[in-house]
Amino acid sequence: MQLTIGPLLYWWPRAALMDFYAQVAEGPAQTVVLGELVCSRRNEFKFDDWVALGRELAVAGKRVVLATQALVMSEAELRSLRRLCEQDEFAVEAGDASALRVLAAAAAADPSRQPFVLGPHINIYNRAALEEHAALGAGHWVAPVELALDAVGAINPPAEPVLGIDGPIRTEVFAFGRLPLAFSARCFTARHHRLSKDGCEFRCRDDADGLLLQTTEGQPFLALNGIQSQSAALQCLITQTGALRRAGVSSLRLSPCGLGFARVVELFQAVLTQSLCAREALAELRQLPLPGTLVDGFARRHAGLEEVMDPA
Amino acid sequence: MAVVKPQLVCPAGSLRALTLAVEAGADAVYLGLKDATNARNFAGLNFDDAQVAEGVRFAHARGAEVLMALNTYADARDPLPWRRAVDRAARLGADALIVADSGVLAYARDHHPQLRLHLSVQASATSYEAIEYYRERYGIQRAVLPRVLTLQQVEQVIRHTSVPLEVFGFGSLCVMVEGRCALSSYATGQSPNTAGVCSPPSAVRWHETAEGVEARLNGVLIDRYGPAEPRGYPTLCKGRFDVAGTPADYALEEPTSLNTLALLPQLIEAGVAAIKIEGRQRSPSYVQGVTQVWRAAIDSAWADAQGSGRYSVQPQWSNELGRWAEGQQHTLGAYDRPWR
Repeated sequence: MQLTIGPLLYWWPRAALMDFYAQVAEGPAQTVVLGELVCSRRNEFKFDDWVALGRELAVAGKRVVLATQALVMSEAELRSLRRLCEQDEFAVEAGDASALRVLAAAAAADPSRQPFVLGPHINIYNRAALEEHAALGAGHWVAPVELALDAVGAINPPAEPVLGIDGPIRTEVFAFGRLPLAFSARCFTARHHRLSKDGCEFRCRDDADGLLLQTTEGQPFLALNGIQSQSAALQCLITQTGALRRAGVSSLRLSPCGLGFARVVELFQAVLTQSLCAREALAELRQLPLPGTLVDGFARRHAGLEEVMDPA
Repeated sequence: MAVVKPQLVCPAGSLRALTLAVEAGADAVYLGLKDATNARNFAGLNFDDAQVAEGVRFAHARGAEVLMALNTYADARDPLPWRRAVDRAARLGADALIVADSGVLAYARDHHPQLRLHLSVQASATSYEAIEYYRERYGIQRAVLPRVLTLQQVEQVIRHTSVPLEVFGFGSLCVMVEGRCALSSYATGQSPNTAGVCSPPSAVRWHETAEGVEARLNGVLIDRYGPAEPRGYPTLCKGRFDVAGTPADYALEEPTSLNTLALLPQLIEAGVAAIKIEGRQRSPSYVQGVTQVWRAAIDSAWADAQGSGRYSVQPQWSNELGRWAEGQQHTLGAYDRPWR
């Protein structure tokens, strides 16, 4: 199993973002997904900036993937999407069906293009759906976050994987970080600040991990990240390596957070290489300055907010 | 896209609701089977085969269509019920299937090529590129747009696709993009995509406390109502929460209903092919009352578009819809968003 650094879901100032990726370049993850998934108004980092950053990470030995936006509503967003999908220097991760159409057409026109990635917001809930998407030119899928690992294994079983154009489809799951649970046309960060979406003053830049939403009795529940709603708790599948292997998972997606992330990546790598047991890694994760508690209910076919239990 | 008189598509959670909808002037009714294959999978709701057959007979005799909602995602462990549901829809004479799952779309395309396919709102196709993707691969003949686009964005989609579009006109409002919301499964383990339910009744608990009545969803406090406050159903995204220290407010969405009566002329002008009323889980009287209003409104707006008469929202229409609105409030939703 390999490690993938998922796309940065928040809007960090340029200096913080560059520091973060400099650290990623030094770290053990094999793949890095770049791009702005959440909001086209976050315009500090543009297409050319992502490509330039991608080249630096490639020089550092990383496989780089560029992700398209998850919710596409305007013509301007479609233009950005086409530009990203038409380049072939880096593989593309599809965020919605708009990207699927453009990528499938590009693959049909040029069979030598590299396969693309089906992002976690493409709804693939069964084998037939994965077969449909594999035929378009995908090489890799990221399971929807609410899918249990038994379902992931049933969709793309290691003994009988779905075949894409260049061999078996590889499976990735969302293994660490605040879970991207929903998208809306409305910006909840702007709403919280009593601002309109078009006059949002880019206030989401103030929150490195989103805005915490709690129940009125103080239970952390969700995190508001612009138009995206996330879990307040962090998904953490570090104790699930056995079930992940049985499900045929070939890479784990670790989603960036504001503090402690470099150590998170090291701990996952240590568990995968068996230089550290999951119990010790979990104990250390619980001591890190992370923005929430650790949960793994989705993996076990439970409510997603159920906390990680100590391994036996 | 030519301007057409939009079809009025009404919900039927039961044979009684179907009958009343057709008699009240629905051009089409949509219904689901009694299982997890549709997104209103509630106890006591929906149709068995005999009821579908009877509903189809009743509707067809009066010139109305029956659309079958097969709009959840097939379970990886056992996708068979979804395939069988496609077979059943074809056998029972449904006029079209409303589908979200590409695996189910592929099955319908390959095994029942004569069956008309509509792309469900749960497929989250928000751009013309996305809709064209489904047309090219599955031959969809209609797409239902998620409730997130502005009127201008709806017009833009219509200009760039040959697929006729259906939009929501009235009913309970999803503030999240349909088909891309895992909030309910995060809290309860069951979601619209996986189980055909959102904030399922089995997870709801009410508690009387000194501070008021609490509504909890699998233990998570969604709302607390004062003694004089009307209580709503604790749909997760419509609860009151604290955000970053700001005390209890509707952080995501207020409990309001979508109502686009005021926009009907613009929707027709834009070339919308069908208008959908939400609410298969609502009572037959809701279906009857709301259908009557929308029948009259569409007829009037269409006459206006043809140059005879002038359309305006009648007070009695608003009063009738107001009876059925969630939280007794109306909004134009994303079509005309003051929050944009």
